[in-house]
Parts: sequence; C-alpha cells; structure tokens
Amino acid sequence: MLSIVIQNSIVFLLLAAVFSLCAWFVRQPYWPTAKRSLMRNKLACLSFAVLCLYASAGVFDSIVWRDSLTDARGNPVFNAHGEPLYQATPLSLLDRMCTPIRTASEKTYSAPLAAVQLTLESIQLDNGTIVRTAPPLNYPRRHLLGTDKVGQDVLYNTLKGIRTALIIGVFTSLIAIPFALLFGIVSGYFGGLIDDIIQYIYTTLMSIPGILLMVAFMLLFGRGLTQLCVIMGITTWTGLCRLIRAESIKLRELEYISAAEALGVPRLVICGRHILPNVMHIVIISAVLNFSGLVLSEAILSYIGIGVGPETGSWGNMINNARLELARAPLVWWNLAGAFVGMVGLVLPANLFGDALRDALDPRMKG
Amino acid sequence: MISYVLRRILYAIPILIGVNVLIFSLFFVVNSPDDMARTILGNKNVTQAAIENWKQENGYHLPLFLNTEAAGIAQLTNTIFFAKSVRLFIFDFGNSDRTGISIGDQIKLRMLPSLAIAVPAFILGLLVNITFSLIVAFYRATYLDYWALILCVITMSISALFYIIGGQYLFAICLRLVPISGYESGVGMFKFILLPVIIGVVSGIGVGVRFYRIIFLEVIGNDYIRTARAKGLSEVRVLFKHVLKNAMIPILTGVVMTIPFLFYGSLLMEAFFAIPGLGGYTLEAINAQDFSVVRAMVYLGAVLNVAGLVLTDISYTLVDPRVRLG
Repeated sequence: MLSIVIQNSIVFLLLAAVFSLCAWFVRQPYWPTAKRSLMRNKLACLSFAVLCLYASAGVFDSIVWRDSLTDARGNPVFNAHGEPLYQATPLSLLDRMCTPIRTASEKTYSAPLAAVQLTLESIQLDNGTIVRTAPPLNYPRRHLLGTDKVGQDVLYNTLKGIRTALIIGVFTSLIAIPFALLFGIVSGYFGGLIDDIIQYIYTTLMSIPGILLMVAFMLLFGRGLTQLCVIMGITTWTGLCRLIRAESIKLRELEYISAAEALGVPRLVICGRHILPNVMHIVIISAVLNFSGLVLSEAILSYIGIGVGPETGSWGNMINNARLELARAPLVWWNLAGAFVGMVGLVLPANLFGDALRDALDPRMKG
Repeated sequence: MISYVLRRILYAIPILIGVNVLIFSLFFVVNSPDDMARTILGNKNVTQAAIENWKQENGYHLPLFLNTEAAGIAQLTNTIFFAKSVRLFIFDFGNSDRTGISIGDQIKLRMLPSLAIAVPAFILGLLVNITFSLIVAFYRATYLDYWALILCVITMSISALFYIIGGQYLFAICLRLVPISGYESGVGMFKFILLPVIIGVVSGIGVGVRFYRIIFLEVIGNDYIRTARAKGLSEVRVLFKHVLKNAMIPILTGVVMTIPFLFYGSLLMEAFFAIPGLGGYTLEAINAQDFSVVRAMVYLGAVLNVAGLVLTDISYTLVDPRVRLG
C-alpha cells in the first residue's frame, strides 16, 4: 500500500517540478523571442502536441491504485478484522482506460483486426468430424494491432512501453543535470586545481565506452528501471558537464561577472545567481536533444538483455520477444510494427522539437 | 613533433590508471568476491566452504589492497588489486572464471572478425556521410536541403534494431542475396560482412550528414571561400578543394565522436549476425555472468577509446601545423 502512495506522490512531485521549471522558463527575458520562433515552426508545434499526448499517456500510466476484492454479487470483501481486502496488483489509470483491449485476451497470435486466430487447430464439429481450421477469436475484430504469442493485445503492450521510455528519458536527465551543473560551473568558474580534478574525473569516465560501462553496471546490479536510470545518468552527465564548463569559462571573462566580483559578492553566490541562469538554456537544449538518444538506448539495452526486467513493458522487450517472428510462416509483423510506431512516434517529435528549441534559444548553434 | 606525441601518450597514462581503479572498485569493492562466487556457483545452497574454495581456485582469496600477512614488496603484490587489475596494464587478462579459457587468446582470436566489420563500416560511413553532406551543403537553403534534413531526422529517429531486423528480412529472407547470419574466415567472409557493413553505414547517415553539413556551412561562410568563388572557380572545385580541406579539423573531431559508438554497433551487429567477434564475446559473457571477461572487455574498450583519442590529437598536427605549437 505504501509503495503505491510513494509512487503516486513521486509522479505528482515530478509534475510539479516540470511545471515550475516551465513557469521559470517562461519568465526569462529570452522567452518571448523564442516563443515566436517556435510558433512560426509548424513542425515544432505539431511535435509538441504529439509529445504532450505521449506525456499524458505516461502520466496516466503512473497514477495507480488497487481495486477492492469483490464477491460474486459485487460486494466488497473484508478480512477477519473488518478491513477491506484489495486486489494483488494495482492498476493504473491507463490500464482502466484500456480495459476493453487489456482484458480481451486470446489464446495466441492473431492478425490485426482479424476475426480468426492465425494458427490452425484441430476442431471437432457438431457432427463429429474433425477439421483443421483457424478457430474464431474470443473478441473478433477488436485488436487493432493483433495479438502477440500469448494472446495479449499489441496496441496495449505498445501503450505500456510509453511510461518506461519516458521514465528513462526524464529521470536520467534529472540525475545527470544536477551533477553536470554543479561540476561544470564550479570547474569553469573557479579553474585551477578544482578544474583539473573535475576534468580528470569526467575524462576518465568518458574514456570508458558508455555501452560497456552500462553492461558492467547492469551485470553487477541486476536488471531494472532504477539501475538503468542511474547508470545512464552516470554516462551522460559528462558530456553536458563539458559543455557547461566551456560556457562558464566564457561567462567568467564577461564584465558583469567582474563587476559582481568587484562589489564583493561571494563567489558561490556569483555561481548561483549570475552563471547558473546563463547556462540553463544549454541544459534545456541538451536535455531535450539527449532524450531521444536515451529512449533509443533503452530499447537496445533491453534487447540485448541488460535493460529493464522482462516483466516491465518496454519497446526493447517487445522487439526482443518478436525477434524470430519475421522468420516464421505465416509472417507475424505486428509486434515489431507496434514497437516501431511507438518509438518513432516519440523519438521523431522529440528530435524535431529539440532542433526547433535549439534554434530558438541559441541561434548561434543553428544548423 | 616527437615530443608532442610523447607528451600526448604520457597524458593518457593517468586516464588509464583512473579507468583501472574505477573498474576495480566497481567489480571488487561494490560487488565483493563473495557475491561474485555466489553468483557463479548459483545463489541457492552455497556453503561458505564452497565459496572459499572457489575464491582460492580463482585467486580471489587475497586481500583487496594490502596484504598484511606478507612481507616487503609482497604486501602490495600479493593482493587482488595487483593480481587482477595492475596486470591489465600489460594486457594480461587472466583466465575466464567460468570456462578457464585464457581471455587474451580469445581476444586475439576474435579481434579479426570484429575489425572486419567495424573498419569497413567506419571508413565507408565516413565517405558516404561526407559526400552526402557536401551535396546537401552545395544545395543549401533550397527545398532539397530542407527535405534532406527532414529525412535525416527521420532516419535518426529509427532505432538501429529496426535497420538490422528490416535489412535482414529484406536482403536475407526475402531476396536471399546474402546469408542471414554466420561468419567464415578468408575470402568467404565477404558475403557475411556485406549486410552488416551496409546496415551500419545506412543507420549512421542521419546523424553524420547533419553533423558534417553544419561544419561545411561554417567553412563556406569564410572570406577565403568568397575569394575562391570571386576568382572564378567552379562551385564543385570550391567545395572539394577549399571547403573540404579546411573542414578537416572539425571532421576529425567528428570522427573521434563516432569512435565510442563503434562499440554499440559491434555489440548489436555481432549479436544479430552471429559473428564471433569481441561484441559477441561480451554478450556471451553477459549471459553467462562471467565477470572476468566483462571486466577485461571494459578495460580493453577504454584502452582502444583512449588510443583513438591520442591518434586523433596526433593527426590534428598533421592536418594543421599550427596545432603543433600547442
């Protein structure tokens, strides 16, 4: 029960954090120009709308609660102490919205919108003769993307992958950004020995190929969403740190920093008040641009068996389960198609929006 | 020149020491040898005696950093850190915990198939990316440019997994042009590496073309390019002679950026195409939970990466003599 409360509160905290970040962002002096530039870009607006759809699916899938157990007449069941009993597995809001396709399970594969099963079975007819035919489905014409090997709806599986992908993309950035900001600004602004030490740390981390570090980490700590976010955070903060350090070095030389120093503002306050706001656009740009890479990496890691656990719905796991399906006859393509559409639908808008955001916030980097 | 090269190589040594210590703490401090023994022997019904026995056999019974029971220099050398990590510096990887086979021999054996895919894919990819991005830069600010960029974003939004699955399905299953998977040394290798190399090149086009296009556009904005045009050189000649030559330094930086991603590629490709290379070796080790092999591969990957960075820095000086002073 407690874990459900914690999970829901984390979701709301995260939403609150995102909204307050957006509110802060909108108050920045460069926002009106950036907004105009973004609004002019039709593709970026469309991408943003799609991203919002994905985000709401992810949020709906994160708000969970358990139903109470009911007896045959629909009355709630109580235990000996008079406390209500609940079902073992909690269901999310998205699960409840998808009830018609979630509960409509078949025996095995069926093609998209088919009325009969894909594989043949021997069925005894009423008159006693046994024929080899494809039996009718329990729920004909209901599965928009067909069903998988164990008869689950593919569209539902695809929707369940959204939350995992979003968590990977968002939480990893949330882990990486504070480190990158702290070390990057301190390293760039203070220079000297601190700079040398921080540079040494991130050069060392960067020199281990990310995929191999992830492999080692996942092997030692086991598969799981948390471990994946932590290790991806460790491998991604270095790049951002280097960018922020370079920008901080540039800012350090500007007049207003010298003025603040001359007025006797403590150096840590200068970092927080004068440098931090001026590197935030880099953080936002690279967080959005990194997002798609993280989603793609998750699929690859889950595919090679070191990503999220097999019980977590993810597109990498879907592809992994479907890897031999193109070689079978009749061909089963809808599992791969589901994962493909789910991923491209998220990564393409993220890339397009990220590019537009970069052009709007940092015209120097415009490609 | 020689002093620069030497200095650059010396600079790599502390990095490798750092990598070594990091790997050591990940594999032996965070995850103790006891945990490792339990994973390898199977988590259930393992007695402490069996764990001690396994550690004794594989040399994990020693203390981590300092052996207080030994005397003199042996206090430092008779430890896990010296036996397992310092040895990595001289490329002594030891034996696999699972199979007892020498890891160094396996690496030598599997190096060639890995290189047979990674090197052609890398070089061909570079040529294709640079050619396409030059063409796109030639038609800058036209509809061709716009749609080429959109196409690039689309191709980079598709997971590498789909390129591999799709390519295998189209060329190996439907058209039967190449075998689905496998490997063979000698001339027969060609038909096995063809598809992985093509897929490697195609899946990298999106990122590559976008990256090099920006570089070329920056160079094109320079005054000497205008001068070259003003004196009547053809646009093709300007692009290939003046722009390409002056873009060499940023191109080299781009090349460095792609080196770490070669490991991604090799891991995936070798898994899908059943190529007995280093990536496949790593995957087998992951599935068998063979810590010693994974440790060796992480270190080897880092060494190759650092070597790549050093080589790039040295090649900077060959491309641009001004760098040599720095």
